[in-house]
Amino acid sequence: MVIGAVFAGGSGSRMGSTDTPKQYLMLGSKPILVHTVEKLYLHPALDHIVVLCPENWIRQTLDMLSKSLPADGRLAVIAGGATRNDTLANAIAYVEKQFGLAPDTVLLTHDAVRPFVTHRIISENIEAARKYGACDTVVAASDTIVESADNRFISAIPERRMMYQGQTPQTFLALKLKTVFESLTTAEKATLTDACKVFSLKGEPVRLVEGEVFNIKITYPFDLKVAAALLEGAARDD
Amino acid sequence: MINAVYQLVKPGMIDVTYKEFALEGDKAVVRPLRLSICKADSRYYGGKRSHEAIRRKLPMALIHECVAEVVYDPSGAFSPGARVVPVPNAPTHSDDVVAENYLESSRFASSSADGFLQDYIFIEPTRLVPMPEDIDLNVAAFTELVSVAMHAVARFEKFSHARRDDLGVWGDGNLGYITALMLKYVFPYASLRVFGAVEEKLSYFTFAAGAYHVDADIGGMRVDHAFECVGGSDSAAAVNQIIGLIKPEGTVALLGVSETDVPLNTRLILEKGLRVFGSSRSGKADFVSAVELMRQYPEIPRYLVNLVGDVVEVRSIRDIHRAFELESKRSFGKTVLVWNK
Repeated sequence: MVIGAVFAGGSGSRMGSTDTPKQYLMLGSKPILVHTVEKLYLHPALDHIVVLCPENWIRQTLDMLSKSLPADGRLAVIAGGATRNDTLANAIAYVEKQFGLAPDTVLLTHDAVRPFVTHRIISENIEAARKYGACDTVVAASDTIVESADNRFISAIPERRMMYQGQTPQTFLALKLKTVFESLTTAEKATLTDACKVFSLKGEPVRLVEGEVFNIKITYPFDLKVAAALLEGAARDD
Repeated sequence: MINAVYQLVKPGMIDVTYKEFALEGDKAVVRPLRLSICKADSRYYGGKRSHEAIRRKLPMALIHECVAEVVYDPSGAFSPGARVVPVPNAPTHSDDVVAENYLESSRFASSSADGFLQDYIFIEPTRLVPMPEDIDLNVAAFTELVSVAMHAVARFEKFSHARRDDLGVWGDGNLGYITALMLKYVFPYASLRVFGAVEEKLSYFTFAAGAYHVDADIGGMRVDHAFECVGGSDSAAAVNQIIGLIKPEGTVALLGVSETDVPLNTRLILEKGLRVFGSSRSGKADFVSAVELMRQYPEIPRYLVNLVGDVVEVRSIRDIHRAFELESKRSFGKTVLVWNK
């Protein structure tokens, strides 16, 4: 079984333009989140999709999704957590409660604000998680990465050909993820905000899946402008 | 949904663009499994169309030959996972006299609309044709070309007189091969002869009663009807050879595309009372009959496997370029793309 978990935690909880969580901003004719969920919904390998969003946005999220997608029971919306780790824990708990955690249950986690994800990226995530237990979507770093321990001077310049930029999906065998996650201390949970890093630190392999440069995360107003320009460009082409 | 569409921006240059499609409409969504490259696509890619055509049509996603898997169909006609062939021709209205592929208002993928090089294809469910799962996927990829041959055969049945003892096919390329194969099964009692310019390619036509080089001593041969599948700069020589060899009142089907005007021996056309008809592309009914014939005669897809040339896995735009470059060096057979993009 393969379950997609869309992380739409984000910040902000009030209606009104400036405080609308970014995943609910419009891109083309629909909220960003809806585009992203549609992409997962269309992938035939995904049996079920759960959207994790701020608790007081659950109703609106359901309303938005029901305008585009049929009510066929493949989709659920539940509350995320205060942190990314809490949201992940909620996703695991939901899957366990609804479907049980078989050794081959796959949990594909994806940012709600990455609507440009492709069929191939999703397929290769599922394949890699089944084979290796965990995987992370990445693109080769195009800029040189510099490290600064004191935020003032360079402490190291890692070799660029070994550097990648992380995207999502991040995909796991759900039972393994739960085991690894539960082995963390509270202090570790507070500092380890990336599930792949948790795997890596615990000595578990995390396979790289090739992402796409355009699989951008819409974080800042600039990103939304870029995303909108990409779609507007398409409209001009017609 | 935001769909990635891989468009030819200018000859030799492919770029991704994004288009928003509505899931809440009445269109089905299918995911390409395999695609194959048509000569028409190659001409766009290689810049071999007129400057005016390239300026008018690009940017545009190429490719109109494809086998796909249904991922979503609001009409309920197809279940997710169903294997289908999308019909590239999209009529905007129906006509009692003119077939859908000849209506000037129809849109055609990779000619007047985006082709199938897309993450997902949004298409009316009525334009999907079920494809049996036991037919080789690489062959299923070029069902469209088989339907083009079937369309010519259907028109031939409509226009020709009933004496169909000797049939001739001119052209030893892909379309010649498929047309000859279809004729072999639709008219099993006819004597089928193939005429071409490359000995090696002629040797592939093992199912025909004979395959002959056009420069050989074939002056004494006669056919009741003929199919021209040559096109290009050799069109004139082929059609005029047909006009010379065909019996009176025979029918000549023209299938080969030429970029220039072709001079014909009209005196002999008149003298023999020939019927010359054009045949281009195909409609949904031709796809249905092509799939039905392949299902009915499993030998047909087995013959068609011989046409499968390079099979290129596509995970990146670079791979699409590689497929088109391989296709440009190919003299026979089809380049198939395994769509993992």
